[in-house]
Amino acid sequence: MISRFLLLVAAVTLLASCGGGESNVASGNRQGILHFGNGSEPQGLDPHVVTGVPEHFIIGALFEGLATKNPYTLEPEPGVARSWDISEDGRVITFHINPRARWSNGEPMSATDYVWSWQRLLSPGLGSEYAYMLFPVKNARSFNRGDITDFGEVGVKALDELTLQVTLDERTPYFLQLMDHYSTFAVHRATIEKFGKMTDRYTPWTRVENMVSNGAFRLKDWKLYRRIEVEKSDTYWDRDNVKLNGIVFYPTENVVSEERMFRVGQLHYTNSVPLGKIPLYQEMADSPYRQAPYLGTYYYLINTLRPPTDNVKVRQALSMAVNRESLNKNVLKGTNIPAYSITPPDTLGYFPPKLFGYDVARARQLLAEAGYPNGEGWPGLELTYNTSEDHRKIAVALQQMWKDALNIEVTLTNQEWKVYLDSVTQMDFQMARRGWIGDYVDPNNFLDLFLTGGGNNNTGFANPRYDDLILHKAPQAATKEERLAVFHEAETMLMEQMPIIPLYTYTSKHLIHPGVKGAPPNLMDWTNFKYVWLDKDWRPTGTGN
Amino acid sequence: MWRFIGVRLLQAIPVILVVITVTFFLVRIAPGGPFDSEKAVTREVKAALEAQYKLNLPLFQQYTSYLNDVAHGNLGPSFKYPGRSVNELIAAGFPVTAELGLYAMLVALGIGGLAGIIAALKPNTAQDYIPMSAAMIGICMPSFLLGPLLVLVFGIHLDWLPVSGWGDIPGDKILPAITLGAAYAAYIARLGRAGMLEVLSQDYIRTARAKGLPEWQVVVKHSLRGGMIPVVAFLGPAFAGLLAGSFVVETIFQIPGLGRFFVQAAFNRDYTMILGTTVFVSVLIVLFNLLSDILAAWMNPRLRAQFSQH
Repeated sequence: MISRFLLLVAAVTLLASCGGGESNVASGNRQGILHFGNGSEPQGLDPHVVTGVPEHFIIGALFEGLATKNPYTLEPEPGVARSWDISEDGRVITFHINPRARWSNGEPMSATDYVWSWQRLLSPGLGSEYAYMLFPVKNARSFNRGDITDFGEVGVKALDELTLQVTLDERTPYFLQLMDHYSTFAVHRATIEKFGKMTDRYTPWTRVENMVSNGAFRLKDWKLYRRIEVEKSDTYWDRDNVKLNGIVFYPTENVVSEERMFRVGQLHYTNSVPLGKIPLYQEMADSPYRQAPYLGTYYYLINTLRPPTDNVKVRQALSMAVNRESLNKNVLKGTNIPAYSITPPDTLGYFPPKLFGYDVARARQLLAEAGYPNGEGWPGLELTYNTSEDHRKIAVALQQMWKDALNIEVTLTNQEWKVYLDSVTQMDFQMARRGWIGDYVDPNNFLDLFLTGGGNNNTGFANPRYDDLILHKAPQAATKEERLAVFHEAETMLMEQMPIIPLYTYTSKHLIHPGVKGAPPNLMDWTNFKYVWLDKDWRPTGTGN
Repeated sequence: MWRFIGVRLLQAIPVILVVITVTFFLVRIAPGGPFDSEKAVTREVKAALEAQYKLNLPLFQQYTSYLNDVAHGNLGPSFKYPGRSVNELIAAGFPVTAELGLYAMLVALGIGGLAGIIAALKPNTAQDYIPMSAAMIGICMPSFLLGPLLVLVFGIHLDWLPVSGWGDIPGDKILPAITLGAAYAAYIARLGRAGMLEVLSQDYIRTARAKGLPEWQVVVKHSLRGGMIPVVAFLGPAFAGLLAGSFVVETIFQIPGLGRFFVQAAFNRDYTMILGTTVFVSVLIVLFNLLSDILAAWMNPRLRAQFSQH
């Protein structure tokens, strides 16, 4: 036993003395390998089955859609399709597949790959949670529901090997953006059918030895819960413009550990930054910290069917009594943007209405009009949030603001994630914390949440005129300005009724090594790895604090 | 002896069955399901998902079908990670956790055993008080405090050791092993001291000293085996505890072990994964308890005599 202990002491000393070899960042810069903190282990790599953001980055490196996004402007640019034509009425889009587009096994890509892949995504049996991405396509919704079983009736046709024709129900200005979402990517039919049926969710086709993909990179290694490595593909049509030789994705679930990994040079890019560390990084000269507006809103849902919040004046009073500037400055360390509406500002040139501000006098008056002057007779209100230190801090701050401004009691209840989801879906709450991150840059993605009976509405808000604006008036608008005006009208109606209390617009927060180039900030927090490169000449000046 | 092992293994079967049954129904009672997510899915999609994982069958039928699968060694597909089976996930995570547990145990035995012996040699002196106070601090210090402290000192300020990972960079296994082992080292120190004190007061030790044996021989040859019996009895449950309880350390150091699966599966409502890891860990606990009983019997002549009578 004693000798074992001595052995261990010897081992510690030995390893300690030779520690501090070349860091990932140093070797990565030399070899063109990006070390990327990716938040968590991906659920999987089947583009039609998974749903998360970590999956998005890896699948985005391995696959490419018909159109991709320019990382600087977020405008669509050619991917697998080298061009596309849109008919006058906006309902027919014809994609011309790039004849140089190849699968990683060397086979050429064709329009039929898309017809088969979209049939797979929409097949009811697959149970894809992102099938709705293709719902703008004619008859796609009915096919997904099982109302029609002949995929021939769905608006997607291969006119020839390299021409794909898509017919939509309505003009859908954001449809091209959806072509860059992994759910609409093509998958390799022969590979999937080799390992199972079209609609099997769990087959080994995404394993390293089996996977066939079509993106700038191909899968090289997958060590569960350790790392996923991809390497530059030699069959990708635009391989000459791909600068990285590979990317290593790490499942950095713990933000505190991730920040430490960054500090010692194990990562080029972190998924997030611990809130407490942000002020320190902000003060640094040449700070690796980067913060940018993000297409997401943090808000509280209000149950409009239960008293006392069934009264619109109570909802307005609650919202006006919140000092969002103070919340952002004192609780969130100035890392977010106060929000007064659901759609983030400058969503593709759209700015939401601002109907109210922090106004205690007006809030007190509204509460009095609702029958609770100075909080008298207030029946109490419960605020539900999912267990998290950050949500708790915000809830406590608001509880105090409501107490101070309106003299009313709000009780706080925290619930574990799945319990909380259950409460929200069943509308078993009075007020509940919520966040929404856009899937595509368009006000529609936020405003269609509140359609009557919508699955993510969860407030009881129902207004036929609102539904008409979102479902019919906006798609029929002739110009972009007209369309945005319709959204503005709808959002004004929404915020007058106040079924939600918007609190802030999210920001993306990363620590990025100064040698990483070609990964600009954007509203989608989207990195197109094809454009990323590492500055070989960048040399570390030290790895300490 | 063989009969004793056989009986204990047979007794384990109903224990495991109860564990499966209770876990199976408890996870179903918990609100929220494996396919609930922040984005609402349509009824049709949810039904299709449930059909793919047999969740549309009556509950009792799901239960018997699961028991049948487990009897054949098949723990089912993971709900959270489509394309991965629970067997595969456990096979990926367990070797890591077992290795971490083993190193932690070596740390615990090395430091704890040594401290216990040193303390027992001169009870109620500084030589006793200092290691025992350190042990008390060790017991009280949770790993989520010790881990980051060690990282700060050895990983960041001194820059000697890696701050996270497992088997990626030389030396990245040292801090996790010490963090996980520390609390157990403290227990072992206290148990070892008590055991050694009892043995050292025995007549045969006095005899050994009387015949002029050097102190180190008295300790190593005559007292160690008897004095360490309480420690050995503690090892079985401790090792099982290390495996099941390593999740905090695995999270701090981003180690891809079983402990993290175990806890995350519960948060994800990944039914098959919760059941699979629970069954797996229960089997381990049963086995380790058995093993430590056998070891304790081998070290204790009185118990050994009892066994040979059977």
